[in-house]
Amino acid sequence: MAAKIKSANKANDAADLVVLEARNVSKSFGNIHALKAVNFAVLKGKVTTLFGENGAGKSTLMKILSGIIQPSGGEILLDGAAVTFSSSTNARNRGISIIHQELSLAQNLSVRDNIFMGREIVKFGQVDFAEEERQARALMIELQQDIDPLTKVEDLRLGQQQIVEIARSLSVNSRILIMDEPTSALSATEVELLFRVVEGLKAKGVSIVYISHHLEEALQITDYAVVLRDGAMTAYAPRGDIDLEWIVRNMVGENFDLGSPPNGYEMGKVALAIEDLTVPSKGGSAFNVVDHLSLSVRAGEIVCIYGLMGAGRTEMMECVAGRLKPSGGRVLLEGQDVAGLRIAERITSGLSLVPEDRQRDGLVQTMSVGQNLSLASIRTFVKNLFVSNADEVSLIERSIKQVHIKTSGSRAAIGSLSGGNQQKVVIGKMMATNPKVLLLDEPSRGIDVGAKGEVFKLLAEGAKRGLAVIYSTSEVGECFSVAHRIVVLRRGRISAEFTANTTKEAIMAASGESNAA
Amino acid sequence: MSEAKSTSVITVASTKKFDIGELFLEGRAFLALVVIIAVFSFLSPNYFTVSNFLIMASHVAIYGLLAIGMLLVVLNGGIDLSVGSVLGLSGIVAGYLMKGIELKSFGVILFEPVWVVALLTCLAGAVLGGVNGVLIAYLRVPAFVATLGVMYVARGVALLITNGLTFNSLGGRPELGNTGFDWLGFNRILNVPIGVIVLALLAVLVGLLLSRTAFGRWLYASGGNMRAAELSGVPVKRVQIAVYALSGVCAAIAGLVLSSQLTSAGPTAGTTYELTAIAAVVVGGAALTGGRGTVRGTMLGAFVIGFLSDGLVIIGVSSYWQTVFTGAVIVLAVLLNSIQYRGARK
Repeated sequence: MAAKIKSANKANDAADLVVLEARNVSKSFGNIHALKAVNFAVLKGKVTTLFGENGAGKSTLMKILSGIIQPSGGEILLDGAAVTFSSSTNARNRGISIIHQELSLAQNLSVRDNIFMGREIVKFGQVDFAEEERQARALMIELQQDIDPLTKVEDLRLGQQQIVEIARSLSVNSRILIMDEPTSALSATEVELLFRVVEGLKAKGVSIVYISHHLEEALQITDYAVVLRDGAMTAYAPRGDIDLEWIVRNMVGENFDLGSPPNGYEMGKVALAIEDLTVPSKGGSAFNVVDHLSLSVRAGEIVCIYGLMGAGRTEMMECVAGRLKPSGGRVLLEGQDVAGLRIAERITSGLSLVPEDRQRDGLVQTMSVGQNLSLASIRTFVKNLFVSNADEVSLIERSIKQVHIKTSGSRAAIGSLSGGNQQKVVIGKMMATNPKVLLLDEPSRGIDVGAKGEVFKLLAEGAKRGLAVIYSTSEVGECFSVAHRIVVLRRGRISAEFTANTTKEAIMAASGESNAA
Repeated sequence: MSEAKSTSVITVASTKKFDIGELFLEGRAFLALVVIIAVFSFLSPNYFTVSNFLIMASHVAIYGLLAIGMLLVVLNGGIDLSVGSVLGLSGIVAGYLMKGIELKSFGVILFEPVWVVALLTCLAGAVLGGVNGVLIAYLRVPAFVATLGVMYVARGVALLITNGLTFNSLGGRPELGNTGFDWLGFNRILNVPIGVIVLALLAVLVGLLLSRTAFGRWLYASGGNMRAAELSGVPVKRVQIAVYALSGVCAAIAGLVLSSQLTSAGPTAGTTYELTAIAAVVVGGAALTGGRGTVRGTMLGAFVIGFLSDGLVIIGVSSYWQTVFTGAVIVLAVLLNSIQYRGARK
């Protein structure tokens, strides 16, 4: 594929210089291959956009290019010479900077202090604040931004904070700027502003690597598109040769089978009814992350919630599970209002949540596989004060079989499992509480295709037994796995509802993904 | 995502390579204890005798009782700096009750039987610990700050009650029916001091609590990952409060044993004991980040520290050097801890 890239380059302007190149780069985490022999080239003064679904390997590739992690195979060429980056600082010193989705600014410090953080200009043993301020001002003029270097970062809007990050990268003379989902939290005008800055950077010969889920938005500034799928590069083309449909086709793949909705049984009564649910945003600002949302799910039904980051999926689920307090609306479990019930009581009455971030919210890393599996249902096998060992062991063994966990035993450390098996432990833990309604927030996040298929099969099996399932996803292909109904969430509201025989394009359009937001 | 994966890589590698190393790390407190006993037995003929072991054990009992309570708090991911002061205040409460409560309106002085005194003292410890727990769980005061505050308040209250003086001769009088306070500190069953027996009983009870009850599992889970535990239906706040209350009870029991051993209760008793308790827990292999640790380890830790300092006294090393040695042992233990958990924490 290296030849393919080179020929593609030759076909273009001779001025297109390859500044950074990855050749046959691969990366494995345990037995998971996050990247498989990927070739990737960054051209001088151009925007190269990486497209791919979650877990396709975009972030891994970016982390390798910026020196945060080291590849397990292949090589990286900077200006044609092979290099190894020992750390992100090392990469930055050679002109490669990365701007993460979560900004890495110290909110309590001024713009000036943030730009020069860690490499303060020192004169006579003291920080030369005047010089720093002068340079910071010069950078802001260069970026055509009206931001006073003495303002505290916490007083800036998010879009402006992004500009500060860019200024910081420029201040170390970055020639290559990697931007990971820079627009996900920005308003339309802020995106416009960011794109103007990007155009300005291009004109100065800075190369940009861009990652975004907003496909059409990304197409506006893309010069070259690279598509990754399951850790392999599936397509590479200059902007002139591609369109939205081409990207989606290459991203999702032709044969993407994650099962089909289970059928051949009668659905039961409404198991969960969400009425007019409203959750205010965390910061206390005026808008609602979940905005008067109503949804009902019947026993045996599987509903998929599709939406972009920040659409309110997680907040809706956490609110239903009892983690967040709603500011309005009701949640009815089999007709009973669950308001006022604690999380534990909701679990006992049959309402369980498999959280989005299994490391942060799902697993207890200090406990074994078995202890994690029995944690949510441990109350049920307490006899005379003590936990019945026999009951617990039999539950754990049953769970391991039921959700097909590959482990050396229930005493194995939870960290010894692969991501997919860890996810199955979290699902198995909540399944063990015999729920009537199971909420799963991005159950397929960060696990490979095989494990995804198994997770969805579990949901289908559960539904056949009468379980009501709601799962969310940000990968459009997964809407077409086991869901009877697809609900698209946009800015806290349901923007569309589909049956299983809709198209990817229709779903993406409803989510705002294919519209310039 | 990559975080999970890198962890799994490391653990897989470490189980293959470091079996012997892990064995050493697991048993290091035991190993240290054996080394300490061997070295001091060699240096002093008086060290390796039953009577000396029993005396040293009754010294360890005080720290050990505090350390058990501290272990519960540390497993939860917290810290309890107030145990030394609670110990002191508990002793004062016990002494105050033993001296009799004067009911002015009735013109009588009420002398309670010793078991009532003990019960009320434990209750006082539980209340003080409960205050810590509520401050931390519901009012979100960091554990370090909340227990630091209670540490000062409890000490101050102890000084106020006694006006800085010490309650002496708590033996009680037969005609008042309140004798027996010194039973805890002086009596022996089968030649074993009662304090040591109390420690052993409490260790067994808490050991069962941790390994066999749902509460124990909730404690390990909420210390390992509070968010995950909460979403699994663990009543994390009630667990947190219970843990601090239990730590207070342990400190009160330690206060009873100490003032019984001395048959007097001073308001400054137990100063800096919280640090020794933390040291015992850490030497015993518990992680201060929560979720890891056992009663057995903590007991070994308490004995390592107790036997080391008593041994240094017996061979006549200056008390300044004792402090240096104790500090070195603690740092060494934490050093080994961070090696042990390095993989898991990454």
